[in-house]
Amino acid sequence: MAILVDTDTRLVVQGLTGSEGRFHGLRNKAYGTNVVAGVTPGKGGQDVEGIPVFDSVAAAVREAGANTALVFVPAPFAADAIYEAVDSGVGTVVCITEGVPAHEMLRIHAYIAGRDVVLVGPNCPGVLSPGKANVGIIPAEIFREGSVGLVSRSGTLTYQIGHELTQLGLGNSTIVGVGGDPIVGTSFVDILALFEADPQTEQVVLVGEIGGDEEEKAGAFIEDEMTKSVVAYIAGFTAPPGKTMGHAGAIVSGSAGTAQAKKEALEARGIRVGTTPTETAGLVAELIRA
Amino acid sequence: MDLYEYQGKELFSRYGIPVSEGRLATTPEEAGSAAEALGGPVVVKAQVLTGGRGKAGGIKLAETPADAEERAREILGLDIRGHVVAKVWVERASEIANEYYLSLTFDRSAKRPLFMFTTQGGVDVEEVAASSPDALVRLHVHPLEGFQPWHGRRLVHDGGVTDPAERKQITAISGRLYAAFVGCEAMLCEINPLIVTTDGEVRALDSKFTVDDNALFRQPEIAAMRDAGAADPLEALAREKGVTYVKLDGDVGVLGNGAGLTMSTVDVVSFVGGRAANFCDLGGGGDAQGVVDALEVITSDSQVRAITFNIFGGITRCDEVARGILQALGQMGSELPVVVRLDGTNAEEGRRLLQAGPENVFVEATMLDGARKAVELAAAA
Repeated sequence: MAILVDTDTRLVVQGLTGSEGRFHGLRNKAYGTNVVAGVTPGKGGQDVEGIPVFDSVAAAVREAGANTALVFVPAPFAADAIYEAVDSGVGTVVCITEGVPAHEMLRIHAYIAGRDVVLVGPNCPGVLSPGKANVGIIPAEIFREGSVGLVSRSGTLTYQIGHELTQLGLGNSTIVGVGGDPIVGTSFVDILALFEADPQTEQVVLVGEIGGDEEEKAGAFIEDEMTKSVVAYIAGFTAPPGKTMGHAGAIVSGSAGTAQAKKEALEARGIRVGTTPTETAGLVAELIRA
Repeated sequence: MDLYEYQGKELFSRYGIPVSEGRLATTPEEAGSAAEALGGPVVVKAQVLTGGRGKAGGIKLAETPADAEERAREILGLDIRGHVVAKVWVERASEIANEYYLSLTFDRSAKRPLFMFTTQGGVDVEEVAASSPDALVRLHVHPLEGFQPWHGRRLVHDGGVTDPAERKQITAISGRLYAAFVGCEAMLCEINPLIVTTDGEVRALDSKFTVDDNALFRQPEIAAMRDAGAADPLEALAREKGVTYVKLDGDVGVLGNGAGLTMSTVDVVSFVGGRAANFCDLGGGGDAQGVVDALEVITSDSQVRAITFNIFGGITRCDEVARGILQALGQMGSELPVVVRLDGTNAEEGRRLLQAGPENVFVEATMLDGARKAVELAAAA
């Protein structure tokens, strides 16, 4: 099992002929992901190292059987690409692009609500199910297959924690980067629900950061709905209010969205929160040994 | 991006929200002539990107042009919460009968724009929310539905506005505020106070306007409103160089790759008893030029005594990053102690390269040790 991406994934890369799309699309393919198509309007009929390129996502679905889309197009065109993927009937859309305007995401979030599609991102590293499929830019070499689900708003911090888990001899079912923007397609709670239902996943690590209240919502969900153990880490304890810390969504607004408040909300529900990435990985190891 | 009051009011005005007539001035003399041109009593208001102007003496009434010039002389140069006043807005004074509050915010939690309205304006809305929550009307708008007149009717009805002329004006203003919020891709549009004059006219007496940075590429007029002089000089330098940088107040410079890892590094510096001088994110990569630019910004801060690099090599290999760091340090000729912690792909090779590097470069194996060493070196410097 695993969640979102696996051996049944048939991937279409939107923007495959661009430099980022090509680099990561080919890396995903080399990892073993079934990359069935690329889409670049006007370049239909070409190929990228044997991967056929189509003019539209609809053509990639119809002719190559794509069921998952990976969006690598630049920010001004990303919303269009997401809508196109959703309207073409793929079940999962992963958007890596950073810098998508927040108002676009308000509308997209409202548009996809109730539709049978999962949008991961934007401004995220993607989804990796070790040993099965890699969709996005996560460096797969540092992760092993295993039982720990990992969900995060950050890229390199996730790699850091995944790497520490690997060094402790632990592996992951799926790693999901939900993205660092104020509004993303899939929240912590959505991913936690998938992990709870996934037989391969036995424990979960949640990596949050300042801004918004998704960690608090996750805390309530974990207490009320989950049987699997969850360990958390929160970044940004020392972030000053009103400053955007790298991610558009990482901002303490007034007194709302602080790391301390998130930590307290999680701990109040019995969820252990590591003070450093290393300690967090250690807490997971304790859970497994216990 | 936060806008000044006068910029927000300019946008309000474009969307048909009534504001008082006014002029911008950068010298006392300009303020005097602005008052002259406007005629009658005026209010001289400091233009700074922070709250609490009134309490800090940044807003003053002037009866005559000479008076306005004097008041501007007092206000210009004033330090309001670390922001030095370089501009004042001189506007016609209003006869105020009532002060209300109206805002639209980007509600991340509900993923919808949120209207807030109360007839208890002129004060901190968080206080109203805490002390008399029933007086604060909260109303979400579905982004695909957009503003409809019923939203406006709900706001005034639930807010307890009884005068029909006021109701009509506020309903219209709320629709225009929504249009401004969407049209300018704002994260916040706040009118506090929204006044009712003694003549029964409803007007925005102040504006707080924040626009989404990610939308500025298609909002060129708003992007052009950025005042480079208002930012912290180091943050302005970073912006110019395309470095993601936030100034903090400690003495340990922090560089990481990726926002989350960098935030975590700043936390760890504090966890081991130090204080970070900055947050600086190299992004996913770590090429030599990126490192040079980032180091240039960090070392421009005279408070920095030591620097900690925290790099996790994923797709970017650690040996490449190590070469970038050495090349950058070679170019810079900086003698500040630099502690580097590398992990991930090809970390061992990267560490070996750094260990053979200059004497002010220290290599540590973990994030915690890297932070500890840098804090120690900063304290000893």
